Amino acid sequence: MDFINDLMNYEFLQRAFVTSVIVGIICGIIGSFIILRGMALMGDAISHAILPGVAISYMLGINYFYGAVFFGILTAVGIGVVSQHSRIKNDASIGIVFTAFFALGIILIGKAQTATDLTQILFGNVLAVRSSDMIITIIIGIIIIMCVVIFYKELLVSTFDETLAASYGLPTKWIHYGIMLLLTLATVASLQTVGVVLVVAMLITPASTAYLLTNRFSVMIVLSSFFGALSSVIGLYISFQYNLSSGAVIVIAATIIFIIVFIFSPKQGVLFKALRTRKIRVH
Amino acid sequence: MGKSIDVRDLTVSYDGNEVLQDISFSIKSGQLIGIIGPNGAGKSTLMKAMLDLIHRDHGDVRIDGKKITKMRKQIAYVPQRSNIDWDFPILVRDTVLLGTYPRLGLFRRPTKADKKWADECLDQVNMLDYRDRQIGELSGGQQQRVFLARALAQQANYFFLDEPFVGIDVTSENTIITILKALRDEGKTVFVVHHDLTKVEQYFDQLLLINKKLMKYGNVKEVMQKELMSSAYNIDFNIIQSMGGEA
Repeated sequence: MDFINDLMNYEFLQRAFVTSVIVGIICGIIGSFIILRGMALMGDAISHAILPGVAISYMLGINYFYGAVFFGILTAVGIGVVSQHSRIKNDASIGIVFTAFFALGIILIGKAQTATDLTQILFGNVLAVRSSDMIITIIIGIIIIMCVVIFYKELLVSTFDETLAASYGLPTKWIHYGIMLLLTLATVASLQTVGVVLVVAMLITPASTAYLLTNRFSVMIVLSSFFGALSSVIGLYISFQYNLSSGAVIVIAATIIFIIVFIFSPKQGVLFKALRTRKIRVH
Repeated sequence: MGKSIDVRDLTVSYDGNEVLQDISFSIKSGQLIGIIGPNGAGKSTLMKAMLDLIHRDHGDVRIDGKKITKMRKQIAYVPQRSNIDWDFPILVRDTVLLGTYPRLGLFRRPTKADKKWADECLDQVNMLDYRDRQIGELSGGQQQRVFLARALAQQANYFFLDEPFVGIDVTSENTIITILKALRDEGKTVFVVHHDLTKVEQYFDQLLLINKKLMKYGNVKEVMQKELMSSAYNIDFNIIQSMGGEA
């Protein structure tokens, strides 16, 4: 196959491949946590809210990673403060905080006059990944996988039942902010691949696909990262062959996998549910 | 210091409204204690405050003379079922296995022995046949039995159950109360938040009657007095009498 040949020959394509596969895996892992914690919106919020961090990093001439992580944490804390200290519900406070940061980011990006324009940050361009970006992605991947492996028990209890976790003496608040930090890292890693606007798809679509297939949390995490990586590979291949926007194609690939599972999942799929219902009604 | 639970001047407020006012009592270990009171009396809040799960304005809770935070491994808490996400991807056996986590601490994984122990706990509540079901596939009573099994898996000395009998079938209720009494007979202490007054006398040794304040603490006969109950519940307790209670 031509794609495999090109993959062997072109270094930029290798970087794109490694980066997008890792992004698929880590977004799959973190996505499993956030959809079960009812924080899918939080992924969207953080990905948008890191924009001013990216702009400021360009202005200061440092890697955008630092600015993005700083604003990611600031957003998580800001949302927590608004929803805990007022009657405003969580989804509304997410909306208030992230749009404010995103607006600030748009203004700053305009002022920063960077070589990387707004379009690339918003929609990503995995074929333009630099070595330094790839290395950051690999490091983030290692951090996320290690955290989840080491603290799996604690993450499971606190995700399943926060009150129970607190009665075990687990620091549930810190676990929440820990997950927010990992979410920010995953988002930053995804910037180059799918861009700010579509990160949320990588976080929730593969995880939701996995959720329809299993009743075990550990299996869900593995399946979710598999679907994430698979979407990345398919998306990268198609976008390279037909010269399409990589981020968009990756997300479409993830969505198609979701639709297939949504229809054909043995337990949760609409097809078998309908068949089971009919069987009962006929009798 | 003998084995006891000592609560002193426990006060809790939400947004400036006092929900619990200066609650003090001292209970000898090894008893089955019902926490009763009308709706909104603060029964669940009392339990959470005792376990240091919500902010206390002031007050002190000691178990065997030690602070709660030092006693976590000896305490098994079963929160109200209504807070659970029933679609969570977890099987019955993995839910019970959660009970072994506090003793394992950080880093250690459940071993074969832990899994076997979890199965034994599941067997005690007659739910072993359901071990491979997802928790949402069970009835309310079965779910409650699974959560009791999880608490048993903790091998605790103190049990706190918040409204375990709400919305469950008679078989499950009987299974649960039998196990709670057996725990008591082994010398464990069991607190139960309870709102159905009809069975109070068959179930508990001691009662804590609260309505924001501690109205009365004592054995069941002492607490189930008509005058006392009427003032706590603000209703005429002849109704309770006709329901089979001895108030």
